[in-house]
Amino acid sequence: MVKKLPKVDVVTTGMGWTGGIVSAELTKAGFKVVGLERGEERTTEDYLHGHDEVKYTVHKELMHKLNKDTITFRNNLNEVAKPVRNIASLTIGEGTGGGGAHWGAQTHRYYPYDFEIRTLTEKKYGKKKIPKDMLIQDWGITYDELEPYYVKFEEMAGISGEVDPLAGKRSKDYPNPPMRKTPSMKLFQKACEDLGYHPYTVPSATASQFYKNPDGEQLSACQYCSFCGNYGCEYGAKADPIVTVIPTAKKTGNFELRTNSEVTRVLYENGKATGVLYRDTRTGVEYEQPADLVVLTSYTFNNVRLLLLSGIGTPYNPKTGTGIIGKNYCDHHTIMGATGFFDDEKFNLYIGTGALGMACSDFTVDNFDHSNVDFIHGGQIEMHQFGNEPISNNAVPMGTPTWGKEFKKASLKYSNRQISVVAQRGIMPWKQHYLDLDPNYKDAYGDPLIRATFDYTDQDRNLNEFLVEKCAGVLKKMGASKIDKHVMPEHFGGNFTYQHDAGGAIMGNDPKTSAVNKYLQMWDCENLFVCGASAFPHFGTTNPTTTLGALTYHATEGMIKYLKKGGQLVK
Amino acid sequence: MADKKNVDSTSRRAFLKTSGVALGGLIVGGGVTSLLTGKASTEKKQTKTTKVDYSEALQFFKRSSDFDALSAATEAIYPEDENGPGAIKLGVPYYIDKQLAGSYGHNVNDYMKIPFQEGEAPLYNADIILQGVRRLNEVSNTQHKKLFKELTEDQQIEILTQFEQGKVKMRLVNSAIFFALLREMTLEGCYCDPVYGGNKNMAGWKMKEYPGAQMSYANIIEEEKFIKMQPVSLASHK
Ligand SMILES: Cc1cc2nc3c(=O)[nH]c(=O)nc-3n(C[C@H](O)[C@H](O)[C@H](O)COP(=O)(O)OP(=O)(O)OC[C@H]3O[C@@H](n4cnc5c(N)ncnc54)[C@H](O)[C@@H]3O)c2cc1C
Ligand code: SF4
Repeated sequence: MVKKLPKVDVVTTGMGWTGGIVSAELTKAGFKVVGLERGEERTTEDYLHGHDEVKYTVHKELMHKLNKDTITFRNNLNEVAKPVRNIASLTIGEGTGGGGAHWGAQTHRYYPYDFEIRTLTEKKYGKKKIPKDMLIQDWGITYDELEPYYVKFEEMAGISGEVDPLAGKRSKDYPNPPMRKTPSMKLFQKACEDLGYHPYTVPSATASQFYKNPDGEQLSACQYCSFCGNYGCEYGAKADPIVTVIPTAKKTGNFELRTNSEVTRVLYENGKATGVLYRDTRTGVEYEQPADLVVLTSYTFNNVRLLLLSGIGTPYNPKTGTGIIGKNYCDHHTIMGATGFFDDEKFNLYIGTGALGMACSDFTVDNFDHSNVDFIHGGQIEMHQFGNEPISNNAVPMGTPTWGKEFKKASLKYSNRQISVVAQRGIMPWKQHYLDLDPNYKDAYGDPLIRATFDYTDQDRNLNEFLVEKCAGVLKKMGASKIDKHVMPEHFGGNFTYQHDAGGAIMGNDPKTSAVNKYLQMWDCENLFVCGASAFPHFGTTNPTTTLGALTYHATEGMIKYLKKGGQLVK
Repeated sequence: MADKKNVDSTSRRAFLKTSGVALGGLIVGGGVTSLLTGKASTEKKQTKTTKVDYSEALQFFKRSSDFDALSAATEAIYPEDENGPGAIKLGVPYYIDKQLAGSYGHNVNDYMKIPFQEGEAPLYNADIILQGVRRLNEVSNTQHKKLFKELTEDQQIEILTQFEQGKVKMRLVNSAIFFALLREMTLEGCYCDPVYGGNKNMAGWKMKEYPGAQMSYANIIEEEKFIKMQPVSLASHK
């Protein structure tokens, strides 16, 4: 009982950042786009009574609920994966805005090294530097090629930033000045400078001043209200698809948004996609939406799951290393460093934004010599002032009990006297880390869940150890009375708490080793584009959205070219 | 709930006005007080004693012995001290009771499909806490022939530590999982917005020098000195 609908030019599968960007650019170019979104439509009015830690941070009001489906996870090929059951352990976007509603809005770019990682690593250190099963590859696009699209994303989202002196060249300044500095940020800055590092204010999609983007959408000035990451912004000061790209698409008159619409298959015939199958999540009624162009915009897990469920491309086999779909899965949810406790200083730590902070790139990518270390890539040293919420922030110095009298005393004493310096690390792909369909667990409708196989490797342990020392060194310079270094557990425990997952439908310049070309167009299916971090062959140091946004802007040019002329865009 | 409370307090105020008694600091005559509270007052009381918290009754728990063990356990986790109130005065047991009665207690947003594997608890949060607090009483009875609430603080801590270390046998769940959930929910109750029944009078936030649900810090973001602010709650966002 599938209802077949009239054909449209383009259909997207999710209305978060990638779906929003695709909808805006293609409707502006005159194409009719239908945006399918499994969740509800949201407006900033939904966020007006939202300063509530229990509702948003603890119970994850804005995130996808797991009662119908989740992901499963295991550390290695010999284990039976378990489902991630608790919503607090898997926080991914749902509803218009997707993850862009409740993101923290830190907006770093990746580095030139990332895009040519294999070539540059081999050139400088020789082939032997790269372990046999580490599957790093060049991305099929260079930083210089992507740079104008970084600018496009940054201008759309009104990024407030300060130039990182060690990053790739920029053709244009950030559209807004950096966020203001708190005393804790200044302390970090001074310490880094004393150590000879190069600190800068973290670029953010929280606007430091009123801003109008090139599409005419407006952002208010950020109020540093602290209810930011995990929350929507009631002021419309945080760039979110619902205040940027979605209104841009709507005002063209070429866009139709359909909420409560969950895509279940890409329909595929004779090497081409013919449309998608989706279900109304309330009635269960199924619809077929034919389209000339299908764009997957449902975040890493569901992008890959839809490909596998639809039988498009060859599934990756971790034993033989053959096949493509599911390959190079990289999880970026382990961020460690050290926490400093300050007996003699007190900071207004309840203030903050999801991106407020400072960072330095002295130890990231190949910004330092790797000849004598047993890892490649690196990490960004950073400190944040998110606005410490009282339930989620009760760290006490190591050795203090975690409940009872002593705990209460110490947690109260240090609630405004602690600063963490952490390092976001690059995550390299390995032969044994991948995504596939779980053989045991299904969603409410009987389709298999996606399964992630991932664990730490020596590369992670060695790099992490190196970076933790650097973080502790900064805290020492900052004058912390007591410094606790974070300890990496033996195995990755399966907490997927800020949507930092990459790979599974990776990009490259060779159909034998990649799923999509540099326009995110599938090699195996020319009218199917797969947007998002699913295209990253490895996870760069920092947060993914600026890079996946830039890649998506670049991809929309390819989509327009395809809609006009057809054919593979890269031969 | 909030509306009902408002109606109550306005009508109470209206009553006092028409009866010629002013509010605030005044000692109200016995007749009026008894009218308001429904019981005869034997001594002079301030008007504040006339407040009844209609939200403090049990939604989830049925047996007082369960709720009493829960209360005592939360107080051991977050005790009253020179900084201020402990879990009980902050309303934590009622916070937990309300949470367990609702969607969180029944894991409506979690994936609960079978099969559950070793190490996974195939139970709802409400079942874990209920079984756990009953075990607190049972273990207290075995070890000390007393209810958990009747034990000395040291004895309570010792028993809770056994739970925390996973040493107490429970059905289909490790006692460490129960303890971790109890600790987490206790902290939630201490520091949640008062709308949830915990953090009474924002006393948890005051101890933590946390200003609550403020709307903006734009004017103090660069301030060098620590700024202590009177907290505000969601009730002020109406
Ligand atoms: C707490 C938190 C903090 C974060 N902070 C940052 C940060 O500071 N910086 C940063 O760069 N990134 C951050 N992120 C990550 C960021 O949110 C994502 O990178 C970004 O949203 C990815 O864009 P996307 O379009 O791929 O996915 P999303 O924006 O999540 O959009 C995907 C959409 O697809 C919908 N969907 C999924 N499956 C289907 C289906 N089958 N049918 C129909 N619709 C479907 C979903 O409901 C969702 O709306 C954060 C994420 C979280 C959770
Ligand atoms: S911190 Fe700024 S951007 Fe974030 S929610 Fe508050 S006002 Fe909006």
